[in-house]
Amino acid sequence: IAKRKAEHMLKYPDAQVISLGIGDTTEPIPQVITSAMAKRAHGLSTVDGYSGYGAEQGEKSLRAKIASTYYSNVEIGEDDIFVSDGAKSDIARLQVLFGCGVTMAVQDTSYPAYVDSSVIMGQTRLYQEGFGYGKIEYMKCTPENGFFPDLSSVSRTDVIFFCSPNNPTGAAATRDQLTRLVQFAKDNGSIIVYDSAYAMYISDDKPRSIFEIPGAKEVAIEVASFSKYAGFTGVRLGWTVVPKELQFSDGFPVAKDFNRIVCTCFNGASNIAQSGGLACLSPEGRQAMQEVVGFYKENAKIIVETFTSLGFHVYGGDNAPYVWVHFPGQKSWDVFSKILANTHVVTTPGSGFGPGGEGFVRVSAFGQRANVLEACRRFKEWYM
Amino acid sequence: MERLQNNYLFPEISACEFEHKRKFPNEKIISLGIGDTTEPIPEVITLAMSDFTRALSTPEGYRGYGAEQGNKALRKAIAEIYYRDMPVQDTEVFVSDGSQCDISRLQLLLGRDVTIAVQDPSFPAYIDSSVIIGQAGDFQGETGKYENIEYMKCGPQNDFFPDLPNTSRTDIICFCSPNNPTGQAASRKQLQKLVEFARKNGSIIVFDTAYAAYISDDSPRSIYEIPGAREVAIEVSSFSKIAGFTGIRLGWTVVPDELRFSNGFPVIHDFNRIVCTCFNGASSIAQAGGLACLSSQGVKAMLSLVDYYKENAKILIDAFDLLGLKIYGGVNAPYLWLHFPGRKSWDVFNEILEKTHIITVPGIGFGPGGEEFIRIATFGHRASVLEASKRLKCLFAKMSFASHA
Repeated sequence: IAKRKAEHMLKYPDAQVISLGIGDTTEPIPQVITSAMAKRAHGLSTVDGYSGYGAEQGEKSLRAKIASTYYSNVEIGEDDIFVSDGAKSDIARLQVLFGCGVTMAVQDTSYPAYVDSSVIMGQTRLYQEGFGYGKIEYMKCTPENGFFPDLSSVSRTDVIFFCSPNNPTGAAATRDQLTRLVQFAKDNGSIIVYDSAYAMYISDDKPRSIFEIPGAKEVAIEVASFSKYAGFTGVRLGWTVVPKELQFSDGFPVAKDFNRIVCTCFNGASNIAQSGGLACLSPEGRQAMQEVVGFYKENAKIIVETFTSLGFHVYGGDNAPYVWVHFPGQKSWDVFSKILANTHVVTTPGSGFGPGGEGFVRVSAFGQRANVLEACRRFKEWYM
Repeated sequence: MERLQNNYLFPEISACEFEHKRKFPNEKIISLGIGDTTEPIPEVITLAMSDFTRALSTPEGYRGYGAEQGNKALRKAIAEIYYRDMPVQDTEVFVSDGSQCDISRLQLLLGRDVTIAVQDPSFPAYIDSSVIIGQAGDFQGETGKYENIEYMKCGPQNDFFPDLPNTSRTDIICFCSPNNPTGQAASRKQLQKLVEFARKNGSIIVFDTAYAAYISDDSPRSIYEIPGAREVAIEVSSFSKIAGFTGIRLGWTVVPDELRFSNGFPVIHDFNRIVCTCFNGASSIAQAGGLACLSSQGVKAMLSLVDYYKENAKILIDAFDLLGLKIYGGVNAPYLWLHFPGRKSWDVFNEILEKTHIITVPGIGFGPGGEEFIRIATFGHRASVLEASKRLKCLFAKMSFASHA
C-alpha cells in the first residue's frame, strides 16, 4: 500500500493524498496519559525513580489494573494477564508457543498477521492464487452468513484465530455466535485465539471479551491492545490473557509454557509505556480513551453515511473503526487503484485480508476530521 | 517446550533472592546476580524522552505507527556512531526492543532445521530459544547438553576462545564478545579465525556486542571490523547496559546486504519480512531516548555510566587480590568469572548466599562449561559494591582454591 501511495504521490505531486488505508491512529494522546509517561521517563534520572529490568509478564500494578478494569466480572486474575508490546508481537509469540505442527483456522477475511505468522512458523503449505495457503482452514465470513462462519462446514483445527470486532469487516460477533464458537472449540479440543483489539468500539451489547462466554476459559486465549484506544500505535502496549484453566490436550497448563516463552523470547514492554497504560486505566484515562474512540467512531459514521448514500452495500463502521464496502464483480486492487487515481484517497483492497475479501475495499476511520470529511466529499463528487 | 530442563535462568535467580529475603528479612541482601543496571539515566536522555512524550499530546508532535525497522534518524545515528569506519548503512540497521527479542526473531528467521553452535558457557537465551524453535533435539542428562547443539568450550585452558579446528560445522554460530558470563573479549586475530571458519563452512555468525562499550583494550567492538565479516555475520546489540535501558527496551540488529543464504537469497529481505510481520517496532519513546543517547552529550553520558560499572568491577577485582582466587573477566565486561576448581557452582552459589547474603549466578546456568564457576555482575550502587567486596573478601580469604589433583 505504501509503495502504491508513494508512486501516486510522485505522479501527482500537488494532489493532497488522504490516507484511509493503514489503520493508523491520528489523534494526539490525552494529556493525562502522556504526562504520566513523561513523569516516569524523567523519573528514571533519579535514584528513587530508576528501574531496570521489569517482570517480563508486566508490572504488577498494570496487570492488576487490566484485570480489575476489563475482567473483574469474569474472574480473570492479574496473574492471567501478560503485558506486551502489542498484539502483533503477541501473535508471533503465540505462534512460537504453538509450534509448526499445529493446524489453524482463520476468518476469511482477517488481519494478515495471523496467516503470515503461520506461514513463517511452517504450519502451512504453498499458496494458491484465489484460494490462500494450503493447510489453513479459511472460515468464510460474508454478508450472506452475517460475517460469522458456518461452523458445521468448518474442519477441525488445533487453533482458531477469531477477531471481534473484526478487522477488516467491522463485524462484531453476538453472544449467541460466540457461544457456538466456544462449544465448537470445546468439541474439537481446539484453542481459540481471540483478538479483541477493537472491543471498545462496540456500540451495542455484543460481548467485549470472549470470557463473557461460559466455558471460554477452558478454550480461549485473548489478545488485546492499547493501540486503537489510546493512540499507542507507536508507544507499543497490549496484553494477552491466558487463563489458568486452559490446558493442552495432555493436561499441561498453557500459561506455564506461555510464561516460559515470555521469559525467554521477550524482556517486557517498555516501562514508560506501562506507566502510560496505568494512566489509561485511571478514571480520567478511561474517560479520555472513550473520547478518542468516540471521535473515530464519528469518522466511521460519516464514511458509512457517504457510501450508503451513494448506493453501495456498506458493512461495519458501527462496532469498529473500519468500513467494509462491497464492489460486486470488481477486483479489489482495481477498485483501490481507481479510488486512488480519481480521488487521491488511499484505502485497502479487501483481497489483502484473504480470498474472501475480493470485491471489497476497507476504508479506515482513523484520520483527522477535516481529512475524513474531504475524502467523503471527493467520494461523493466522483461517484455522482 | 517439553525439552527445556528448567525455568529460564534469571527468573530462577530472582526466586532464590526472594526466598532468601523471606528467610532473612533483616539482612541486607546485595544482588550481584542478574545483570540489571542500577544507576539513574542521565537527564540529557530522559528529558528527550519526556519531551517527546509530552509532544504526543499535540497535533504536530503526535506519532502513530513507526517503521517496523525503526526511526530513520535513529538508524542513521547508530550507523554513524558505531559503524562509521566499517561501514554499515542505516538501511542495514534494524532497531528493536532489545537483544532477547532479536535473538528469538533471528531464530524464527532461521527456523528449526538449522544446526547451531554456542560458546560454552553463554547467555542462556541462545540455547533456550534454539530448544523452543525445535533445533536442539533432546537434552542429555549425562553431558548436560542438547544433542543437536554444538557446544564450543571457552575456558582458561583455551584462552576462552573455541578450538575451531575441532569444532563441528554448524549452520549458525552464536558468539558473544565481550562474553556474558566470562567477560572475555575476543582479539582481532581470534575473530579473524572465526570469520574464516564461518566463511569456509558456509555458516552465519550471530555476533552479540551488548557489552562492546566495556572494552578497555583494542579488542574489536564490532565483528565488521574484521574483513569479510559482512558476508558471514549478523550483529546484535543493545542500549540496555550502556544507557541503563534494561526497562526501556531498545537495541538493534545489523544484517548486511552481502549476507546471503546458500541459495543466494539476501538474508536481509527475510529478516525485514519477519520484523514487519512479527513485530511492530520499538516504542517510539524509547527510540527518542536512543537518539538522545547518540548525541555528543548522550555518548558522554553513556560513557560515564559504563565507567561507573567498570569502576565497580575494578573494586571487586582489587578486593580479591592476593587471595589465590582465579578471577577472569571484569576488564572488558561488567562480569567477573570466578573459578572454584572441583566444586559444583550451585554449591558455591548457596555458600556465598548463606554466608554473605550476596546473590550471584552459578556458572552451570550458562552451560556445562560453567560448572565450577560463579558469575558476579558488577552493576550496583557503589556503596553496595563496596560492602559486597568486603563481605566476599572475608569469605574467600577463608576458602582454599587449590585445584584438585
